[in-house]
Amino acid sequence: MGMRMGMGMGMGMTRLKRRELTNKVALTLSMAAMAFGLFWLAWILFTTLQLGLSGLSFNLFTKMTPPPGSAEGGLANAIVGSLYMVALATLLGAPIGILAGIYLAEYGQRTWLGATTRFINSILLSAPSIVIGLFVYAVYVARMGNFSAFSGVIALALIVIPVVLSTTENMLLLVPNSLREAAFALGAPKRVVIMQITLRAAKAGVITGILLAVARIAGETAPLLFTALSNQFWSLDLDKPMANLPVTIFKFAMSPFKDWQELAWAGVLLITLGVLGLNIASRIFFRTRHKL
Amino acid sequence: MNDKTHSILMNEKATALEAQMVFKNLDFYYGKYHALKGINLEIYKRHVTAFIGPSGCGKSTLLRTMNRMYDLYPEQRATGELLLDGQNILDRRMDVNALRAKVGMVFQKPTPFPMSIYENIAFGVRLNENLSRGQMDERVEWALQKAALWDETKDKLAQSGMSLSGGQQQRLCIARGIAVKPIVLLLDEPTSALDPISTMFIEELISELKTEFTIAIVTHNMQQAARISDYTAYMYLGEMVEFGFTDQVFIKPKKKQTEDYITGRFG
Amino acid sequence: MSTVPDSQTIGSSVRNHRLGDWLFFNLTRAFAAMTLLLLAGIVVSLIVSSRESIHKFGLGFLWSSDWNPPMDQFGALIPIYGTLSTSFIALIIAVPVSFGIALFLSELSPVWLRRPLGIAIELLAAVPSIVYGMWGLMVFAPIFAKYAQPLLSGTLGQLPFVGTLFSGPPLGIGILSAGIILAIMIIPFIASVMRDVFEVTPAMLKESAYGVGCTTWEVVWNIVLPYTRVGVIGGIMLGLGRALGETMAVTFIIGNSNFLSSMSLYAPGNSITSTLANEFGEATPGIYTASLIELGLILFFITLIVLVFSKLLLLNLSKQEGVKT
Repeated sequence: MGMRMGMGMGMGMTRLKRRELTNKVALTLSMAAMAFGLFWLAWILFTTLQLGLSGLSFNLFTKMTPPPGSAEGGLANAIVGSLYMVALATLLGAPIGILAGIYLAEYGQRTWLGATTRFINSILLSAPSIVIGLFVYAVYVARMGNFSAFSGVIALALIVIPVVLSTTENMLLLVPNSLREAAFALGAPKRVVIMQITLRAAKAGVITGILLAVARIAGETAPLLFTALSNQFWSLDLDKPMANLPVTIFKFAMSPFKDWQELAWAGVLLITLGVLGLNIASRIFFRTRHKL
Repeated sequence: MNDKTHSILMNEKATALEAQMVFKNLDFYYGKYHALKGINLEIYKRHVTAFIGPSGCGKSTLLRTMNRMYDLYPEQRATGELLLDGQNILDRRMDVNALRAKVGMVFQKPTPFPMSIYENIAFGVRLNENLSRGQMDERVEWALQKAALWDETKDKLAQSGMSLSGGQQQRLCIARGIAVKPIVLLLDEPTSALDPISTMFIEELISELKTEFTIAIVTHNMQQAARISDYTAYMYLGEMVEFGFTDQVFIKPKKKQTEDYITGRFG
Repeated sequence: MSTVPDSQTIGSSVRNHRLGDWLFFNLTRAFAAMTLLLLAGIVVSLIVSSRESIHKFGLGFLWSSDWNPPMDQFGALIPIYGTLSTSFIALIIAVPVSFGIALFLSELSPVWLRRPLGIAIELLAAVPSIVYGMWGLMVFAPIFAKYAQPLLSGTLGQLPFVGTLFSGPPLGIGILSAGIILAIMIIPFIASVMRDVFEVTPAMLKESAYGVGCTTWEVVWNIVLPYTRVGVIGGIMLGLGRALGETMAVTFIIGNSNFLSSMSLYAPGNSITSTLANEFGEATPGIYTASLIELGLILFFITLIVLVFSKLLLLNLSKQEGVKT
């Protein structure tokens, strides 16, 4: 009896040892994975900072993009062009996304159109941005006969819509139904309940969604390649190609000229800082306003 | 018959007991589920009527027919007649927004809107009336006074309604409801989420408000029903079991079922 | 009660309310319906714009590896292969690493580190992909060619069968490098989704497993992972979708070659997105542009298939789980 128990214990110990070893190996690998992930990401950010900062200068914001072979130049037209197009695309896309999101959350929960729209939106949300660019090229650029900033704005707006739509829907669904009922109980018609109560209660979340959409399109290159293209010169004409940071960076980074590559790094740093700044801002905004 | 009942009856004779709302053979369905069965009832003007009964008996459902709150949910429907001052509010042609302006409602949990205290009250008023800034200020003060909240909030009207305590939020919701100047006020377990002191405040408030409004209250606190109501309806499984003077229902119930519930043998 | 509006004003406001509600409802509905039209528009316009090449090459477009603009000969095999192989490499690397990161963040990390590390990972998911591409070309590729590729050739390259994948001149750019850059790019996406779903596992469930003597690993592998598999698969599919449709991170480093000389992953290639990004600007109208647009159409269908497949999978999994929602 005692012997058997001893054997049992002994076998138990080895099994336990084996299990503990597996555990240790797995947990070590997990830590290695964390280190692996952080390693690359730190490296990338470090390079961006290092090379970007060295290219950062006053000229960057005041001078136009240089022609080939010329050393002197900045990114002024590209920076302004990017800001302009991103702003227009947001102004165009966000209201559409919000209204469609309102339909999904407030009217279309159990309708055919609601379910279909929700599914279609998830397709649009994961559609490659380059395909959106091709689409705008096919229906607008090819028909108009020339690349234009406006087509770039449309392409970016089409990326904004599904992002804003799904955050709006999700945020509206988080609003407790009791709040809607309370507003209806006062005799408010549905559109007033939605616009003045439900949407207001979800405001922090919806604005966060818009900020994230802005961050997303600020760095988008692919959809602009076939639409806004780029422009070496200063232009705010929506019917003509417009300079913008991502395409300029792409062009300059692929070029053999050292000066251009330096400008590209500076541009990348600007975009990265802008996008990360927007993300951090939206987080802080959401956290401070949502608790209210 | 005790003194209180007696005095009410004497009172009624003086002011003539008038029915504000009349239920005639009202049935209610959640999809296929038959939730209210042939309800016949009168709610009297400027009195408090309490609805009691075990959970699921249909008392909240009954309340929600009175402002057609169920309209928000397509699978819910009511048949029969429900008259408000002689007009059938179940009629399709009835405008529910206008109805709800006349029949206010306060919910179980406080539901302050995400806006300032002032705007919370002004919101409902603006829906139906165009008031000048001065008139609106007066109306807000009037409503907050009525809800016994003015003294606590007069210096912070611009603050968010959500910054108030639970009890204050509920009084804000009552103020919001009466600011529209409704005829009837529906209270759906208004104190169940509140502490005893806030509850006491609200109960006192209800006794004050009945001088101007017809009040229907759902509660599962029987002491509360006994304290504040003039009439009590006991409901069970979607049926109106007993309706009468509160004292009579609590002291000398006519039905065995009611007695069992009230004495705690059941429910 | 003198301020109560008279019945006439109520009547007109009722009409306004009804009309306003009707208009507002239809406005929102119109915009919702617009998303349907948008999808239909994308599919139809891409098909119409590529009809020339669809007509000329037919289905053979899908498996022809001949991409020869001067001769007006086009086939999609090499870009399709590039897209699928880089995404596949990216998944092979990113899934285990992301799982490890999520495990670390949800179970192992000291509490004070959890938030900052989690936020860092989420922020990195927001870094524009052009950053990854530039870094890949200018920093990663030279180092990869100098150190990692010879090392891989010397080890994995010596194995039978698998060896050919890791053979050839170490160029730094190519299919393998593009896959690795994609992996680095999608790790934050997958890891943050996995962490989110790991954290919603009820503490009671984990505690009862610890209670019977499970190790941390056993709890994660046997309890947390099965419990959260729907979310985990969703995260992986999200990452795959990103990888398939990514343009900039790939274009810089895949090598942009339309010839596939060997099976080696060291060889430069082209993905659908990199072909589009590089050639669309110079393409002459006609069959060349039409072929490029058809490539975009194929890419759209690939991502569509992945999405529909993952939705069906998720639907199936949640059905199996019965009552749990």
